[in-house]
Amino acid sequence: MARLLFFGKLADLAGAKAREEKLSDGAHKISDLINAIGLKDETLAAALREETVRFVVNEQIVSGDVPISDDDEVAFLPPVSGG
Amino acid sequence: MISVTDQPFDPANALSKFEQRARGAGAIVNFIGKVREEADGDPVEALVLEHYPGVTEQSIAEIAADAQARWPISAVDIIHRVGRLSPGEPIVMVAVASAHRRAAFEAADFLMDYLKTRALFWKKEIRASGETWIEPRDDDYKHAALWEDKKEGA
Repeated sequence: MARLLFFGKLADLAGAKAREEKLSDGAHKISDLINAIGLKDETLAAALREETVRFVVNEQIVSGDVPISDDDEVAFLPPVSGG
Repeated sequence: MISVTDQPFDPANALSKFEQRARGAGAIVNFIGKVREEADGDPVEALVLEHYPGVTEQSIAEIAADAQARWPISAVDIIHRVGRLSPGEPIVMVAVASAHRRAAFEAADFLMDYLKTRALFWKKEIRASGETWIEPRDDDYKHAALWEDKKEGA
């Protein structure tokens, strides 16, 4: 099971800060994961596809649609606002 | 020293400890960011700050290292609150020590611009009229981008 983490407004949309998602067999990228989420929740999937959303895989910020596996932790970050 | 904490902190106490560590520096610049009492004329009840434990600290460490590569600074302190904060409470404190004031002023300004636009925090304002997730203003991005230009021009 991949562990998904949502932050900020994305957690509000997802209705939870974390959830688990079973990846089907075969090669997977983050976009496949978002498509799988979209089958159940198109609003959340659309928000995750926004250009300003960044991805973190296993605590490393990644750029673009990288490969992921079933035991990864994948976090979705909306625009930040510190300070 | 980098600290992300869900506990209230006392900036005067933190600054006094920083002064001890920064002994010998000719200049110290200290910035404290606080929760506003109102936003757009609407009273603010609270601010809720979220972070990504481990990864947020890493993002701040990268920003601090960037500042140290750009200016001759001898010590840096960054304290950032998370959790629920009331109006008037300090959210962030940045302290920078250097031999001379110019580097300390510029590095503190840079650190705040980058903390606002690059550090992994998410901030929700709770007002009487409802809750809103805050995103950096165009101005914040513009100020942060100016440091990029300066680096390329150097």
